[in-house]
Amino acid sequence: MSGHSYDAENYWKANLRLIFGSLIVWAVVSYGCAILLRPMLAGISVGGTDLGFWFAQQGSILAFIALIFHYAWRMNKIDEKFGVHEE
Amino acid sequence: MSQFAINIIFVGGSFLLYILIAIWAKAGSTKDFYVAGGGVHPVTNGMAIGADWMSAASFISMAGLIAAGGYANSTFLMGWTGGYVLLAMLLAPYLRKFGKFTVPEFIGDRFYSKNARLVAVICLIVASVTYVIGQMAGAGVAFSRFLEVDATLGLMIAAVVVFMYAVMGGMKGITYTQVAQYCVLIIAYTIPAVFISLQLTGNPLPPLGLFSTHADSGLPILEKLNQVITDLGFNSYTADIDNKLNMVLFTLSLMIGTAGLPHVIIRFFTVPKVADARWSAGWALVFIALLYLTAPAVASMARLNLMTTIYPDGTDAAPILYEERPNWVKEWEVTGLIKFEDLNNDGRIQHYNASESFQPEAEARGWAGNELTVNRDILVLANPEIANLPGWVIGLIAAGGLAAALSTAAGLLLAISSAVSHDLIKGSINPNITEKGELLAARISMAVAIVVATWLGANPPGFAAQVVALAFGIAAASLFPALMMGIFSKRVNNVGAIAGMLSGLAFTLIYIFVYKGWLFIPGTANLPDTPENWVLGISPLSIGAVGAIVNFAVAFVVSNATEEPPVEIQELVESVRYPRGAGQAQDH
Repeated sequence: MSGHSYDAENYWKANLRLIFGSLIVWAVVSYGCAILLRPMLAGISVGGTDLGFWFAQQGSILAFIALIFHYAWRMNKIDEKFGVHEE
Repeated sequence: MSQFAINIIFVGGSFLLYILIAIWAKAGSTKDFYVAGGGVHPVTNGMAIGADWMSAASFISMAGLIAAGGYANSTFLMGWTGGYVLLAMLLAPYLRKFGKFTVPEFIGDRFYSKNARLVAVICLIVASVTYVIGQMAGAGVAFSRFLEVDATLGLMIAAVVVFMYAVMGGMKGITYTQVAQYCVLIIAYTIPAVFISLQLTGNPLPPLGLFSTHADSGLPILEKLNQVITDLGFNSYTADIDNKLNMVLFTLSLMIGTAGLPHVIIRFFTVPKVADARWSAGWALVFIALLYLTAPAVASMARLNLMTTIYPDGTDAAPILYEERPNWVKEWEVTGLIKFEDLNNDGRIQHYNASESFQPEAEARGWAGNELTVNRDILVLANPEIANLPGWVIGLIAAGGLAAALSTAAGLLLAISSAVSHDLIKGSINPNITEKGELLAARISMAVAIVVATWLGANPPGFAAQVVALAFGIAAASLFPALMMGIFSKRVNNVGAIAGMLSGLAFTLIYIFVYKGWLFIPGTANLPDTPENWVLGISPLSIGAVGAIVNFAVAFVVSNATEEPPVEIQELVESVRYPRGAGQAQDH
């Protein structure tokens, strides 16, 4: 792959957009819901505790898995769309 | 059959399996040795990453840490999993496309500098060696408890087994033994957890059990646990904490440290395609999550079990008599990891938080102090005994603990030996070395690394526990930012990258040494390691994230003040960003 063709640039931008969106979710579930926003979610109870505790010990991990598979799936589509996928 | 015989069968059987895999997966080329031939299926690789990543710390220590700290120690759960999101999106696919064998090799090529490569080699070796000490020491403990052999002899047995598959098979042997080790460790971890969850909540799935109702009391498990421990003066298990800045930075340090650890990154070089590198990050996290979603359930349920064992008639009634203590307490007392001292001479075990605020109640009940100390690390290992599970489950735990320690040790040893043979010997000292010569050099470096690691494991330096923080700090502050900038910026140049790595590293080390002692030598700390003395309440364990920010900032400022990288380097950056052509790139 060489050069700075128009498509290559847009491919990279599409990747960056997807990463940016994913990392916002990544930060919101862990640093947000599980830590900083926990007092705000204290009203929502989950099995003897509150939603923030659930995010800290379970929810964030499940969200991380979903994020990676979503990224892998979307990137494969983007690879194909821009014709940079592997044979 | 005696418990000892059962343990021997389980551990011996698992070791035999690893050796058979070693004979089957012999490395014939440097490509086999460094990246397992590059043809590993993403799901297989995900499983191998799971075993590579989950160390003695994850298997043995983590549940104990969570049990002791409750909500506050959720940082380990998030920190040690969230790094995979960063790996999947920011590093693994591009480094796989680059298609070389080691992490320092990318840094050296991208920043067109042998010095940059050398800095990366040093960071890699320091981070990996500190990490491997803990694994070997953990293997020693498991041996001495379950096989009743001397820890040093146990270590040597473990070293011989690792030697067989790592030296003969390199990454190829390690990959397939890690798959087997993953299966052993996850079965060993989840079976006792399922039984305990069933006993306490009636729900066979521990992650669901954690948030369901305690069968005996009708209260949710976590509410019951809070009630029991606060009655005894301990902090509430689920309580929120005040120092959120430190909690955020500690979690972030663990995440970017995880993403920057070379022994994890090189596992992504073993898959055939860029897309496979993305998928294997996802599969890795699925396999890791099976343990990480179970661990918090084990933590709270085992703590509740411990408390109800000591206070069978409730916290208001008298605790059990020492003479009537269960068998597992007796067995762990032998190892010194459970200690009892009858301070008020009443023959009963008082276990509570002897804090100032609890003092009036303790006095009223005639208690003279906390009489029971339980080492956090025994929680997982003693779990089957606490829950009265059959002997074979204990044998399984022994094999699982060893699998966790050995699989991580092998991954680390490969990272170290490939840095020595590929980056130092072929990269600097003797670039004209033949393929055969390099393979021999790789095997010799591996053998030397195993000997050094075994020796360090048998004679662990007093600061072993603290250096793990150092490993994450180094990976977070030096390697992760350099790798990320190498991919996401065309502007960062050789001078900037080296300045960034060195300043991130220096900043992190100085902050750690000020509180922990220079080179961890006792008595050389400048400030006491307590929250009041930390700058903005940031613990030395959380400083890696700040070091990473320093690294990024310095690299950008210095790069912008100096010449931009040559055209061929900008083209290299361009090429790692596009997946097409990854297959060919690997045959260099």
